[in-house]
Amino acid sequence: MAINRRGFLKTLGVAGISLTVGKSFGAAREEKNAVEFNGILYDSTLCSGCQSCEYACSDKYELPYPTDAPVPGVVRTTSDKQRVAVNAYNTSKGPQHIRKACNHCNEPACASACLTKAMLKTDEGPVIWREEKCMGCRSCMISCPFDIPKFEFDSPNPKIQKCRMCYEELMKGDVPACVEVCPQEALTFGKRKDLIELARTRIYAEPEKYNHNIYGEHEVGGTGLLYLASVPFEELGLRKDLGTTSYPEYNKTFLYSVPAVLILWPAFLLGLHNSFKERRSNILKGKEDGHEE
Amino acid sequence: MKSEQSTGFLKFILRELKPKGKIITPFNIISALTILVAAVILVFRFKDGLGSVIHGSQDAPWGLWINFNVITGVAFAGGGFVVTFMVYILGLEKYRPIVRATVLYALLSYMFYAGALLLDLGRPWKVINPIIGNSFGISSVLFLVAWHFLLYMGSLFAEFFPTIAEWANLKRLRKVFASMTLAAVIFGIALSTLHQSGLGALFLMAKPKIHPLWYSEFIPILFFISSIFAGLSLVIIMETINQKVFWRNMSFMHKSSHRNIVLGLARVSAVSMFVYFFMTILVFLHGKNLAYLNTSWGYWYMMEILGFVLLPCMMFLYGYRQRQLTAVRIAAIMSVVGIILNRMNVSTIAYQWYAHSIHFPTWMEIVVSVAVIFVQILVFRWIIRRMPVYRESPSWVTGEEQKKSFKQKEERRKKWMVSAG
Repeated sequence: MAINRRGFLKTLGVAGISLTVGKSFGAAREEKNAVEFNGILYDSTLCSGCQSCEYACSDKYELPYPTDAPVPGVVRTTSDKQRVAVNAYNTSKGPQHIRKACNHCNEPACASACLTKAMLKTDEGPVIWREEKCMGCRSCMISCPFDIPKFEFDSPNPKIQKCRMCYEELMKGDVPACVEVCPQEALTFGKRKDLIELARTRIYAEPEKYNHNIYGEHEVGGTGLLYLASVPFEELGLRKDLGTTSYPEYNKTFLYSVPAVLILWPAFLLGLHNSFKERRSNILKGKEDGHEE
Repeated sequence: MKSEQSTGFLKFILRELKPKGKIITPFNIISALTILVAAVILVFRFKDGLGSVIHGSQDAPWGLWINFNVITGVAFAGGGFVVTFMVYILGLEKYRPIVRATVLYALLSYMFYAGALLLDLGRPWKVINPIIGNSFGISSVLFLVAWHFLLYMGSLFAEFFPTIAEWANLKRLRKVFASMTLAAVIFGIALSTLHQSGLGALFLMAKPKIHPLWYSEFIPILFFISSIFAGLSLVIIMETINQKVFWRNMSFMHKSSHRNIVLGLARVSAVSMFVYFFMTILVFLHGKNLAYLNTSWGYWYMMEILGFVLLPCMMFLYGYRQRQLTAVRIAAIMSVVGIILNRMNVSTIAYQWYAHSIHFPTWMEIVVSVAVIFVQILVFRWIIRRMPVYRESPSWVTGEEQKKSFKQKEERRKKWMVSAG
C-alpha cells in the first residue's frame, strides 16, 4: 500500500499542528471576550412611543425622517432608511411600546457569516458594518436571527444599514444618540454586566410591575441590548423560539470538520487509487502470464 | 521564426473562432434574443441598483441568481467530481469516454455561476477582498465556499487543459498538465466534498427562518449526497442530448459505449439516491417533525421526498434491471426536478415560511438566469465542435500513448523474465 512510515508521520504531524493551532485560536478568542461589552438597557414600561430615538438616529446618520407613527396592529420594521423602529402592541396589560434595532449579540451570526469581516463585533461591544470591506453578498441578512441588517436594493453603490450603537461616539466617551435623546429615560447605556444588575434591581423593586425575565440576557447567547417588559415578550413581538445557543455555534461542527476533510480525504483517495492500481496491474499481469505460458 | 509561429497560432485561433454549422436555427435565435435582453437588463442593474431588476426584499435577500444559478446549479456540476472519482480513483475505465465532457460541463458551470454570483453581489468591485487578504473572514462558511470555488475551478481547468492542448497542438504543455491530472482530481474531489456541503452550511444559521421540515443540522451532508445523483442525472440527460446534437463530433467508441455508460450511471444514481432517502427519513424522525406532516407544508415535503426522490430512485433501479434507457432518462429528469425543488425549498420557498407574502422573482430576474445558462450551452457547443472532447485525440497523442504503454509492457515483460529466472 501507499502509506509508508514517513508519509504516515508527516500526516500525523500536519494533523497535530492543525489541532494545536486550532486550540490556541480558540483560547485567544476567549481572552478577547473577557473585555466587558457595552450595552443598552431598554425598559419598555417607561417607553411612551414618542419616536425621539428614531428622529435622533435619522438626524445623526442623514436618513429620512420616519413618516408613520406606531399604531397597534401595524408592525413597523427597520429598513434601509430606518435603523430604529418603535412599535405599539395591545397587550394583556394595556397598550405597550417596543423598540426594534440591532441587538448587538455577544457572538453575532452576521459577523461570523461575513467573509470579508465587514461586519465586525468590536471589543467595546457594538457590531459595526464597514463599507470598505463589504462586497454586498447579504449573507449577514440570511444569518441574523432578528433580521436586522438591511440592504439598499435601490442604489448602484449599496450599503448595509443597521444600528452601530454610535460606535464613534462611544470611542469619544459619549453615549449613543438615541440614549442621549430619550425623554422618558427608557434607554440606559453602560457596561452589559452592570445593566443586567440594574435590570434585576428594577425587577426586585417592583416585582408586580415587571415580567421577571430580561430579554437578551441569555437569548442567542446573550445580546448587548437588554429588554425589560411588563408582559411576556411574545406579546411585544419578540421571538422566544430563537434559543440560547449563540448562532455561530451552529456552524462550528461543519467548520471544524474542514481541515480534517482536507487532510484525510486526499490521503484516503490516494491510497484507494494505489490499491486499485495494484489490483489492476495484477490482473493485467495475470493475463499476460497466462498468455505467455 | 518565432513571430511566424505566433502569427500562425493567431490565424489558427481566428479561423477557429468562426461559427461552424448552421447559424439560423430556432435554438440560436431564442438564445441570442435572451442574451440580448439580459444584457440590456444588466445595464439597468448596474445603473440603478439590484432592486430595479430583481425582486429584492429585505426578508428574502437572495434572489434567483444566487438561489437558482449558484446554489442549485452547482449541485448539477457535481458530476465533475463523481465521474473523475469513478475513473481515476476506482479505475472504472468503462466511464472514460464521458470524463472530458463531464469535466468541461463542470468547469463551465463554475465559471458562469460564479459569474452569476458577481452579478448578484451588491458591491462586486470588492470581490477581491476575501482573496487578497487583510479581510479574511475565516469563521465564515461563505469564505470557505468562495475559496473552494476558486481552487476547484483551477483544478478543473488543469484536468481539462490536455484537451485544449490537443486542439491547439501544444505538445509540451499537454504533457505537463496530463501529468498533473491525478493530483488535480484528488484535490478536486476534496474541494467538491467541502463546497457542495458548504452550500448547505450557508443556511445553518438561518435556523429560525427555514421550515423545520427542511432545516436540520445535517443540511451539509444532505447537500453533499444529493449533489452526487444531481450531477449524475444531469450527465445522463446531457449525454442523451449530446448523442443527437454532436453525433458528427463523436468517436465510434463514444457512440457505442453510450448505452452501457448510461445504465451504469443509473445504478450509481439509484444507490446514492437511496442513501439520501434513508438519511432524509432519519433526519425527519430525529427532528420529531411528525406533527408537520399533516399540513400543507407537509404535503409539499412529501411530494419532494416521495415523488422526486424515492420514485426516480425506483425508476433508475427498474431501468437498470430491465436495461431500459427510456426509464432511466425519465428518472434522470425527475431527479433533476427533485433537486431544483429541494434547493429552492431550502433557499426560497420554505425560507421565511411564516411570512404572508410569497416571494416571486421578476421576469427580468428569470431572463438573466436563463441567459446565463444559454451562454454556458453556447460555449459548451463551441468547444465540443472544435476540441477533442468526444472526438478521438489527434494522432500525435495516441502515438505517444501507444509508445508509453508499449514501453511499460516491455518493462513488465523484462521483470517477469527476471523473476521467472
